[in-house]
Amino acid sequence: MAVSETHLKQGAAMSELPLEYQTPNDSVKILGFWIFLATDMLLFGCLFATYLVLRTHTDGGPTAHQLFDVPGFTSETFILLTSSFTGGLATLSMRNGNKRAVISWMIVTILLGLSFIGFEAHEFATDVLAGATMQRSAFLSAFFTLVGTHGTHVSIGIVWMLLTMINVARRGLTPATSRKVFIVNLYWHFLDVVWVFIFTIVYLSGVVM
Amino acid sequence: MWNEGPMIWTSDVLILLTSVGIIGVLTHFKKWKWLWDEWLTTVDHKKIGIMYLIAALLMMFRGGVDALLMRTQLAVPNNHLLTAEHYDQIFTTHGTIMILFMAMPFIFAMFNIVVPLQIGARDVAFPYLNAISFWLFFFAALLFNLSFVFGGSPDAGWVSYPPLTELGFDKGPGENFYLLAVQITGIGSIGTGINFLATIFKMRAPGMKLMKMPLFTWSVVAASIVIIAAFPALAIALALLLLDRVFGTHFFTMLHGGDPMMFVNLFWIWGHPEVYIVILPAFGIFSEVVATFSKKRIFGYSSMVASLLLISVISYFVWAHHFFTMGAGANVNTFFAVASMMVAIPTGVKVFNWLFTMYRGRVTMSLPMWWTASFVLNFLMGGATGVMLAVAPADYQYHNSYFLIAHFHQTLIGGTVYGLLAGMYYWWPKMFGFKLDKKLGMWAMVLFNIGFYVCFMPQYALGFMGMQRRMYTYPAGMGWGTLNFISTIGAYLMGLGFLFIVIEVIYSIKYGERDLTGDPWNGRTLEWSLPSPAPHYNFAVIPTVTERDYWWELKENNRTHELRPKAETLKSIEMPKNSARPFLMGVAFFFAGFGFVFHWLILGFAALAIVAAIMIHRALEVHDEYAVPVDEILETEAATGRL
Repeated sequence: MAVSETHLKQGAAMSELPLEYQTPNDSVKILGFWIFLATDMLLFGCLFATYLVLRTHTDGGPTAHQLFDVPGFTSETFILLTSSFTGGLATLSMRNGNKRAVISWMIVTILLGLSFIGFEAHEFATDVLAGATMQRSAFLSAFFTLVGTHGTHVSIGIVWMLLTMINVARRGLTPATSRKVFIVNLYWHFLDVVWVFIFTIVYLSGVVM
Repeated sequence: MWNEGPMIWTSDVLILLTSVGIIGVLTHFKKWKWLWDEWLTTVDHKKIGIMYLIAALLMMFRGGVDALLMRTQLAVPNNHLLTAEHYDQIFTTHGTIMILFMAMPFIFAMFNIVVPLQIGARDVAFPYLNAISFWLFFFAALLFNLSFVFGGSPDAGWVSYPPLTELGFDKGPGENFYLLAVQITGIGSIGTGINFLATIFKMRAPGMKLMKMPLFTWSVVAASIVIIAAFPALAIALALLLLDRVFGTHFFTMLHGGDPMMFVNLFWIWGHPEVYIVILPAFGIFSEVVATFSKKRIFGYSSMVASLLLISVISYFVWAHHFFTMGAGANVNTFFAVASMMVAIPTGVKVFNWLFTMYRGRVTMSLPMWWTASFVLNFLMGGATGVMLAVAPADYQYHNSYFLIAHFHQTLIGGTVYGLLAGMYYWWPKMFGFKLDKKLGMWAMVLFNIGFYVCFMPQYALGFMGMQRRMYTYPAGMGWGTLNFISTIGAYLMGLGFLFIVIEVIYSIKYGERDLTGDPWNGRTLEWSLPSPAPHYNFAVIPTVTERDYWWELKENNRTHELRPKAETLKSIEMPKNSARPFLMGVAFFFAGFGFVFHWLILGFAALAIVAAIMIHRALEVHDEYAVPVDEILETEAATGRL
């Protein structure tokens, strides 16, 4: 309920809101998370800018064209986009008050997230074994850092999704746990959006140009 | 640490003695439990604000000692008081500390102490995050200051430009201290920005529309937006440089395709907005002070709001003026030159509005007002020299000269520091329940202000005479000796002014005028409707606001009793629980930083694992609030005579 209670209760209108917005405390936290996402977006923005500047600075080492594996990153893209969809289904089930469905869809999302990370780890390992390490050239430094930062975000998202699932399993769908479901999926969708940019700016243009 | 000579050894001994002294006093008076329960684990915004304030003043002392050492070194030609290496370290720590570990915590002190009280809230939106932000700053400051006696301080300037800061040219741990400490405090700052934006947007008292908010709160909105949008760029710049140094990547190296200018761009995309982050809250403070002590509503309220927001937007289009000489070409330079000059327009609007507020007001020259009045003249000159610097072709002459040094000190000291001191004097009674002594405060103000001009006016001239910044020493034949000597005298006068503030605080704790009304300045905004210091839940009853300057309106119409709680309608209040975790998280970040500084990766990752464990614990937590019973509220309110 919290310190914000008195400020936000706007009479009966509150009960018509979705569960995660029904207490002032939870609705403030959702706003706070949106603002956090803005900072995270800028973080990625700076990494993208760095990548775009250093993209051609290969120092005689492997280029994007030689390195990127089309079936690999295409599979990654499909897996992550699908996981975003299943995450959305978890939120939808939460709105419908179906606890079991929320947990099931979150498990599916986590598994898809894990396989995405698996593909990425495989790609990184292949590159490194072929001598394309992040120490090789500025281009590779920027590539591994940008894509790796996204991968780290996804890994954190997986742990977070797991914790949220435990919360839902233990406590059912309360405003607080619904807010957690909502926020973790917001984060997950955000990672999906960032991936769309990585897919286009890094992989597609890397293969084409 | 063992081979650094008598200066560092003395510091080591002093630090050791101080630490033993603090531990001794706490043990002697049996204050450990009090310290832990009341302060280290607190989530109360007022206490966090006070801790920020204390830390900021300590850091002002440290940064000030650095400044005095530098000025002593430069007082006469061919001086070798310090070694060149030591001098490099001192100007680096001076800059870093003053911006990131003095100005930032000082504005956060003001945010924390004032904002919830001004908008009629019981705490910030995320009290737990607020405590984390504080402890990240605190332990980052500790880490940064530790470098001084443990391995050597950073020595590449507060901007830390590669390739100078790449491993090949800068082996020592100093640069790592810089990168990690600034990174950790930066994370805390992002948290604070998010926190206050959410607080102000979501937790205002009923009826307080955006355009009824006090101007200080508006300035916090503007500053928070800039924090949120600027600090990620710093985080990336520092992280990439750290990758270069620790993991051998090539973002900013000279070889293998690295691009050092990329760092410079990223750094200043944060760096220039940063100076607006620290000046905007100062502008907000001046607006409060001027209105209160002129007994008039602020002149041009909406233009004040608009100018705050405009400055926060323009702040993003000026960063390249830090390197007009890079060779980006005339078009790029023109864009950034014009954008830089444009900042003067909304700033000018604000200055005129303050003057118009004073005009025909019943002005009381209290301490906050003296600092405000001195600021106006200072900022006028600082602003004018800023426009001179913004002229790109002329900047080829001023670049990295003492003219620049004089300019930014005039805006940062004359603007930010004067503003924060005005704010400290203004809200001091609200924090502690007594006023600071005016006579000693005047001594401080006069010495500091005169010292300021004596110190920095000669530097404008020195800049024109060709003296460059970061010079370790200079030959006698340059004709710079006299002006440098005068400048050093000024620096010592400022130091004396600071000393008077310290004496003033100590004296006032015992003899300062007690504030029993809660409204010692005849204030206009909601914080003055509360007793001083405010109870931990702030408002027993949340007011419903109908006017701008609501408290003033109530006083004018003899309706102040409306804000007093009534025994029969009081309800219990939900407040956040104290938690040890933010403090522990700070400790863990400290050890993580320390581990990475010395490439002890096991310590680094182990400490980060503790951070993760704390976060997991938090994620699974169920109740972090407790109810303050009605009886306790009744008792507290009765004790302050409000019931």
